[in-house]
Amino acid sequence: MRTLIKGYGIRFDIMVFGKAGKFHVVPTLLNIGAGLGLMGLGLSGVRLQPLCVRSLSLTASQNATLESPPARADSTFKVTMVPGDGVGPELMTAVKEVFKSGDVPVEFEEFHLSEVQNMASEEKLNEVLTSMKNNRVAIKGKIHTPMEYKGELASYEMRLRRKLDLFANVVHVNSLPGYSTRHNNLDLVIIREQTEGEYSSLEHESVSGVVECLKIITREKSRRIAKFAFDYATKKGRSKVTAVHKANIMKLGDGLFLQSCAEVAELYPKIKYENIIIDNCCMQLVQNPYQFDVLVMPNLYGNIIDNLAAGLVGGAGVVPGESYSAEYAVFETGARHPFAQAVGRNIANPTAMLLSAANMLRHLNLEYHSNMVSEAVKRVIKQGKVRTADLGGYATSVEFTRAVISNLSA
Amino acid sequence: MAGNAWRSTVSRIMGAVKSQTQPRTFSRGMQTVTIIPGDGIGPEISTSVIKIFEAAKVPIQWEERNVTAIKGPGGKWMIPPEAKESMDKSKIGLKGPLKTPIAAGHPSMNLLLRKTFDLYANVRPCVSIEGYKTPYTDVDLVTIRENTEGEYSGIEHVIVDGVVQSIKLITEEASRRIAEYAFEYARNNQRNSVTAVHKANIMRMSDGLFLRKCREVAENFKDVKFTEMYLDTVCLNMVQDPTQFDVLVMPNLYGDILSDLCAGLIGGLGVTPSGNIGANGVAIFESVHGTAPDIAGMDLANPTALLLSAVMMLRHMGLHGHAKKIETACFDTIRDKKVLTKDLGGNSKCSEFTAEICRRVQDLD
Repeated sequence: MRTLIKGYGIRFDIMVFGKAGKFHVVPTLLNIGAGLGLMGLGLSGVRLQPLCVRSLSLTASQNATLESPPARADSTFKVTMVPGDGVGPELMTAVKEVFKSGDVPVEFEEFHLSEVQNMASEEKLNEVLTSMKNNRVAIKGKIHTPMEYKGELASYEMRLRRKLDLFANVVHVNSLPGYSTRHNNLDLVIIREQTEGEYSSLEHESVSGVVECLKIITREKSRRIAKFAFDYATKKGRSKVTAVHKANIMKLGDGLFLQSCAEVAELYPKIKYENIIIDNCCMQLVQNPYQFDVLVMPNLYGNIIDNLAAGLVGGAGVVPGESYSAEYAVFETGARHPFAQAVGRNIANPTAMLLSAANMLRHLNLEYHSNMVSEAVKRVIKQGKVRTADLGGYATSVEFTRAVISNLSA
Repeated sequence: MAGNAWRSTVSRIMGAVKSQTQPRTFSRGMQTVTIIPGDGIGPEISTSVIKIFEAAKVPIQWEERNVTAIKGPGGKWMIPPEAKESMDKSKIGLKGPLKTPIAAGHPSMNLLLRKTFDLYANVRPCVSIEGYKTPYTDVDLVTIRENTEGEYSGIEHVIVDGVVQSIKLITEEASRRIAEYAFEYARNNQRNSVTAVHKANIMRMSDGLFLRKCREVAENFKDVKFTEMYLDTVCLNMVQDPTQFDVLVMPNLYGDILSDLCAGLIGGLGVTPSGNIGANGVAIFESVHGTAPDIAGMDLANPTALLLSAVMMLRHMGLHGHAKKIETACFDTIRDKKVLTKDLGGNSKCSEFTAEICRRVQDLD
């Protein structure tokens, strides 16, 4: 054996059965052969049940093709669905019905995770996480966080976000054609860092009656969200990115965020970069929102501006949003509220969730179906005959969904 | 619905009774008020206000003071002792815009004043001005913001290179104080409800403490309705229908953002009044806009913000008659649109605008 190795001058430094190192040649060759054989079977499309034997790990992408099916027209995409609380389940029903009528090749895997309804636990959370990791795309409603906490300060929704590292939240604020508000023809994109900042859930009572809450800003995450914002702006052909901050008061924290944004801005000379203080930004948004294009900001300010901008175009019922990590995408509404007052009354507006579902279809490269759904929704709103209460109409959610379905085929 | 009407009637009666039974020594003799003109357009608009008050025959004696930071004994920055003395004696102040130089080495003047007089509450009433059109009409709300702690405590550390931690401090004492002030304000000004704005679902301990204190104080003020709302819900509803809000009370950061948001609804900082209430009965009313160095000295400034703050001051002092007169004169002038300064859409000078208001005030007598 030894002479064989020396003679050929080949060292077998390979990974077999997940172990690195040097092995005896002949058994190794046998193993390589077996592995290649399995790989061959896998690549040819025959799906064997995942065996305990792991094939040679050559590249991650080849492994990926073994796990998820190729995008063929006759196969369906699996998407994780978490209806959440409040009107979430009703909105999800609307999405499912529209997808069924439109023959959209998407299959939902539902999980009911809820903190207020006591349907939450570590195991449930892990189930949802596993499903999301397999499917990579999810659609979800708002998992409401109650004000009282039992032990853990972080809510389930925050933990989900952190475990999947969904660092970027993108909200598309577009005026709906046919529905006029005080500000028409708005077209903003709001990008919010969602994993750190004020939502760190690090609080403690240092002395009785004095509570400290920590806000954490890191250079790495600030750079990451800034890069995401500029990449997004470049990809969608946007011209300006504005960073929102309060660095005149929080000099170190927001100062770091601002500095990171400025550093990243230098790498994108074609995109204009500005910054604005959060209170001035709010004032400008209600007086002249047209001066903004893409806005990027840390966590809390993002929450405020998301909701403010949603209010400018018609409320929480019409604005879609999504959350991205490096590997996963979660689609939801832009302004995240469970809207518990509307549960069971059939008055919630499914527009936001339907538009978000259409964005999800575009993400899955189902362009045709995506356009079909979004055009149908926009047509119904433009016609103005069937509108839910928040847009000034008298229709119920079910009637609106039915109207969208009837507009689908056109 | 009947319950609401009954409650608001009761609160109105209680408010009227309370304001009458409070000993108001101000309305009898001449009251001294410390006026701090400030920088930039500050002196011009202060002169305007003094002129209008003279025309309205308000029983106020002005004491002008300057507040440039000086280094006191021990190396601590402080305001000049004459200014502090004057304020402590008169207890009421009117302040124009102050310049914060960037690399002067001392903290901002506003911060110094806040620390010196323990100005814990910032009150900003936002009322739509007839005649100055914005997309939002019928706005009539008041934001009361805790001004000493919260996110602006200024405690920040660099833990490791690239990781910064800012501390938000919420204390029981400060939360209770601001809640009490908010309810008293609502009672004294015949307001129906107080809404606490918070984010206790995310910052469960800190905003939770703030909310708990507000709830406790609400128990003692049964005549004023108390509601609580999440910050994002408030923002969402504020831009869709601002008429649903009355008095809002909140910690520092949310207050900063929301008060500027409401100022934007009625037309910006150039027409928004503001008052700071401190411990020991001190109150400083100010205009919140900048010093506008580009138009300083050219008689182009708009004194409305400082004037409305001064009107707020009169109400605080109990001189409601004079306050109403001056406010009506100001709003009438703006509504008529004949004499308006440049930022309100006209092209008159500051002195002409002031003269017009003085004329109306004298006509109203």
